[in-house]
Amino acid sequence: MAHSKKAPGPLIEILELSKAYAGSGTQAVSDFNLSVPEGEFLVLIGPSGSGKTTTLNMVNRLVEPDGGEIRIQGRNVLESDPVMLRRSIGYVFQEAGLFPHMTVAENIAVTPNLLGWDQPRIRTRVHQLLDMVQLEEGAFANRLPLELSGGQRQRVALARALAARPPVLLLDEPFGALDPVTRESVAADVRRIHQRLGLTTLMVTHDMTEALLMADRIAVMRDGRLIQVGTPRELASSPADEFVTQLIENPRRRAHALAEMLNA
Amino acid sequence: MNDSVREAWRLLPDYLGQHVILSVSALLLGVAVSLPLGIAAARSRRFGTPLLAAVSVIQTIPGLALLALFYPLLLALSALTQDLFGVSIRALGFLPALLALTLYAMLPILRNVVTALDGLDPAILMAAKGVGMTPRQSLFKVELPLAAPLVLAGIRTATVWVVGITTLSTPIGQTSLGNYIFTGLQIENWVFVLFGCVAAAALALTLDLLLAVAGSGLAMRLRGRLIAAGLGVIAVIAAALAPELAHQRPAHQGIVIGAKNFGEQYILSQLMASRLHQAGFSVVEKSDLGSTIAFRALGAGDIDAYVDYSGTLWGNILGRTDMPGRQAMLDQLAAALQKDHGILSLGSLGFENAYIFAMRKERAEALHIKSLADLAAHPDLRIGGDFEIFSRPEWRAVASAYGLGAMKRRQYQPDFLYRAVMSGDADVVSAFSSDGRIARYDLVILEDPKSALPPYDAMLLVGPAHAHDAKFIAALKPLIGSISLTLMQQANLRVDRDQDKQTPATTAAWMDQRLPH
Repeated sequence: MAHSKKAPGPLIEILELSKAYAGSGTQAVSDFNLSVPEGEFLVLIGPSGSGKTTTLNMVNRLVEPDGGEIRIQGRNVLESDPVMLRRSIGYVFQEAGLFPHMTVAENIAVTPNLLGWDQPRIRTRVHQLLDMVQLEEGAFANRLPLELSGGQRQRVALARALAARPPVLLLDEPFGALDPVTRESVAADVRRIHQRLGLTTLMVTHDMTEALLMADRIAVMRDGRLIQVGTPRELASSPADEFVTQLIENPRRRAHALAEMLNA
Repeated sequence: MNDSVREAWRLLPDYLGQHVILSVSALLLGVAVSLPLGIAAARSRRFGTPLLAAVSVIQTIPGLALLALFYPLLLALSALTQDLFGVSIRALGFLPALLALTLYAMLPILRNVVTALDGLDPAILMAAKGVGMTPRQSLFKVELPLAAPLVLAGIRTATVWVVGITTLSTPIGQTSLGNYIFTGLQIENWVFVLFGCVAAAALALTLDLLLAVAGSGLAMRLRGRLIAAGLGVIAVIAAALAPELAHQRPAHQGIVIGAKNFGEQYILSQLMASRLHQAGFSVVEKSDLGSTIAFRALGAGDIDAYVDYSGTLWGNILGRTDMPGRQAMLDQLAAALQKDHGILSLGSLGFENAYIFAMRKERAEALHIKSLADLAAHPDLRIGGDFEIFSRPEWRAVASAYGLGAMKRRQYQPDFLYRAVMSGDADVVSAFSSDGRIARYDLVILEDPKSALPPYDAMLLVGPAHAHDAKFIAALKPLIGSISLTLMQQANLRVDRDQDKQTPATTAAWMDQRLPH
């Protein structure tokens, strides 16, 4: 999966980022450095508690860093208004995080409303987005989240995240709650939309297969530290340590085991 | 009985109207106070935990006591504002009732607001923050809408409580559906009691039902249902208020005649009201006032006239224990009330309603008891009294004069005293000399050879506002000295008896024809 190289400068730059949660005593994230060029699909991967979600949440300041710097388009996010910052970054939560008392259309319109867009413009935008995530407006616009399937909910969450045309999209294990078939189709849509809109995307997952299939580059984390960053091919050919080897070999091993079992 | 039902229906618009105004005001105020407090409590444990504890403690205070406590509180506050700003607040009636009921309304609302906000899915709150809502936007666009069903359930609980407890505001001078219950209990008119209970229950259930409909409208996003419920609530309030507004204006500037909480007082207040009405005044009655509350209300201008008893005022208001004799007591009282409170005593109505002690005839004869002095020989006898007697100076005087301190005491609702003595539940009971039932039940009045009990002449008292109002005084003056003990006993019996019971209004009319104009 080659990505366009027309804008080589880093869109997101993370320098010496660190975070310790009060009372835990351990460092959730430390010495974290990463540059993400514009248009890249970067996947943060690691086991539970490795600090990947904390890192993602510091990008739009849902979690405040203890130290370090995060720059988006050259601007230090720690010096900008966190509310305005979050309105300018798309975020898809683990289990969609849709507002249960709002319809699909109302959920998608949340951020444009917060930004004070006029109603005709919002209606047009909602229409475009439902189309983009392949939900038929007539059937879905007025439904409540409870009336949707998991995949449909994740599509609405994606549309909501993209409503105000953010340059950056953050995804926190967006397919975790989906069945394998739905998962594949939503993942393909996310990747397609990323490409089409020229987004810069950070996605957190613990599933290496998903990471290998979707990422331009993969950042491996363990115990709050960044172990290695590289394209899937780079990680496979020169893993930094045994942990990365294990991680990257895992899908292949499973595929082999499966093949043997099915052929036997 | 038909008479009672008719009378009950006649009173309904006034009682219901005032009940609705008070209940709805207390609920609105309760919601207005509890919502922000609940939000603050949910945000901060250090504020929320003590707040909820305090509100829970308030809830354990019996309703009647809480309502009663606000009266002296407001009286003190009124004295303070009078000193500071020259403005006094009305310590009786609507205001203390409103404040007490608001406190009652708070607990269920507050608790549900806190529970609802605490129970919100953290992922949803994170999402609200993540899409770029400020804390305020998150509260109003996400948290409160999601908390609404539980908050509404709290408001429904508060509604049922408040509508019920509003009936207890009658003794502090706020008319409500409780007037049926208190009056009915005093004169053993069970039609009245039942009528009051049913009316209050119907009101509570109607409001609860409308709120339930509003809640389901909210939950199912049916705007029509929500609007229908809202219109229903407005309709109930409007229906209850319409007669109130129609006749409140003239009444508001009119005369308020007070009555304490027993039959004789109801009859006499109706009698005074009818005399003033005949003289062209616009009159309303405020009945079921507590004993000293009535006096304070007269001084404060909350009521304009009522009947009190010389011995009561002598002990409770002047704090005197000496016995100067019947006429001297009346004269000294009139002078003291005029001087200290600006209250005019028009004089005695002509009869005494004295505290006496009575026994069943056979029992007294069997034990050879004729006077209070004979009781000392029987320390095992049980004595029944109303709710005040044993804490009054009269009882202390009697107990020390005749050595009765060790007798076993029981307290009864005044009208049940006769039942108690007739059934043998009590051997001796306190009673009132003008009560027609003493003669009817053939009770023996125990003599008071040491004159420990003071005289209790029924005095007609006029508040400061009308102390110099010649027309007002002229309308009531003919009643002075014209009501004999026999006439009052007969009138009281008409209201108190079990068969062919009459309402105070009918009895007052019956008396009116027998008295000089």
